[in-house]
Amino acid sequence: MEFKDMAVMLADGTWDTLYMVLISTILGYIIGLPLGILLTITDADGIRPNRVIYKILDVIINITRSIPFLILLILIMPLTKMIVGKSYGTTATIVPLTFAAAPLIARMVESSLKEVDKGVIEAAFSMGAGYFTIIWKVLVTESRTSLLVGVTIALGTILGYSAMAGVIGGGGLGDIAIRYGYYRYETKIMIITVAVLVVLMQILQWLGMLLSKKIDKRRGK
Amino acid sequence: MSIIEIKNVTKTFDANKSSVHALSDVSLSVEEGEIFGVIGLSGAGKSTLVRCMNLLEKPTGGEVWVDGKNLMSLSEKELRLMRREIGMIFQHFNLLMQRNVLDNVCFPMEIAGVKKREAREKAMNYLKIVGLEEKAKAYPVQLSGGQKQRVAIARTLASNPRIILCDEATSALDPQTTGTILALLKQINKDYGITVVVITHEMRVVEEICDRVAVLNLGELAEIGPVEEVFRHPKSNAAKSLLLERKISQMGVNAADGI
Repeated sequence: MEFKDMAVMLADGTWDTLYMVLISTILGYIIGLPLGILLTITDADGIRPNRVIYKILDVIINITRSIPFLILLILIMPLTKMIVGKSYGTTATIVPLTFAAAPLIARMVESSLKEVDKGVIEAAFSMGAGYFTIIWKVLVTESRTSLLVGVTIALGTILGYSAMAGVIGGGGLGDIAIRYGYYRYETKIMIITVAVLVVLMQILQWLGMLLSKKIDKRRGK
Repeated sequence: MSIIEIKNVTKTFDANKSSVHALSDVSLSVEEGEIFGVIGLSGAGKSTLVRCMNLLEKPTGGEVWVDGKNLMSLSEKELRLMRREIGMIFQHFNLLMQRNVLDNVCFPMEIAGVKKREAREKAMNYLKIVGLEEKAKAYPVQLSGGQKQRVAIARTLASNPRIILCDEATSALDPQTTGTILALLKQINKDYGITVVVITHEMRVVEEICDRVAVLNLGELAEIGPVEEVFRHPKSNAAKSLLLERKISQMGVNAADGI
């Protein structure tokens, strides 16, 4: 393969990967953020304890998180086909990626929100704040640094999963690495592809940490 | 007229099959405009008692009346409105760490739906009252303990309260800072006629600012009366032992001065 073709292929693959990872993480947050909030407030020491809701969510999240991603990928293929119209390709891969991301994100949101000082929540209650205000203006706002670290971790994990989806023709860099490196023994392409994935991961991590530090007001200036 | 009336309040916490009586049959009333102290050793139920006054803790039995309203009969929404009249400051200040000082003071006004510009103007004014207007743009992490408590006081003033509850508000501060915070509370009480309830384990706090004091011991009201009377002629063992403890610690200080 000529250098130019390879460069085009890698550029396309990178774009596909970014597209899958970003869209699934966003969708993952649309599902996972409310779940994480619900877990936090319904837990025994939350602001609105509710054993039944907490337990149900807890179990569902644990089950979905225990399913290995490759199995999940195959398991929900019918659903993927129903939503997207086909079960392979980048857009189709977004469905299982979102399913894998949501419970992980819910857990990370839960752990971030639980870091918020109980005293501050109590103070907000004493001022006559309602649940909605406490959730958005105290829980979410006070833990924003930790939430952003969570976003970084989620993006990294989904990036890893997206590469796995290459096995079933999921598109993106993982797909290229498996097709060329594994099936056709073109070690060079595989190594370059993996190198691109490493660089992507580094950039994500670096950006995430930079941003979370920048918005953290708990450090003295 | 009594602004706060605690009637036969009992609070029991269920902890792993056994239950703890934090308060048993406590009755007392706080008069409008006074500075009322509640003193007792740790575990006496002081914090629980003060939290019953704004229903952060719901009593297991009895009634809590504030400003002529039975708090336990209020709906959730009515209670939220009522709480705006009852400010509270805490031992660990409980400021929002991701907001600057000005926005912390604005927070109760945000809850009340005051327009942002108006809230900021008012907040600056409250910061002036507590002497921190030059720190408006600073973040809590950059402030000392005493300054944080001043912000917390400005923040309670922002909801225009009739009562301020102080839960060990000076316990995390050094003696000198304690003095300035107490002076500020006293001044606010005088200037705005806000009733102040002070929960503390320090005799000094009660001595310096309170008009009347209640001594709490193991969840029961041991004694109540004007500060001077309770301190000069303690009737209960709880009050006597608190006074004795203070005497001993003062002797310790004097002895240390002698060296």
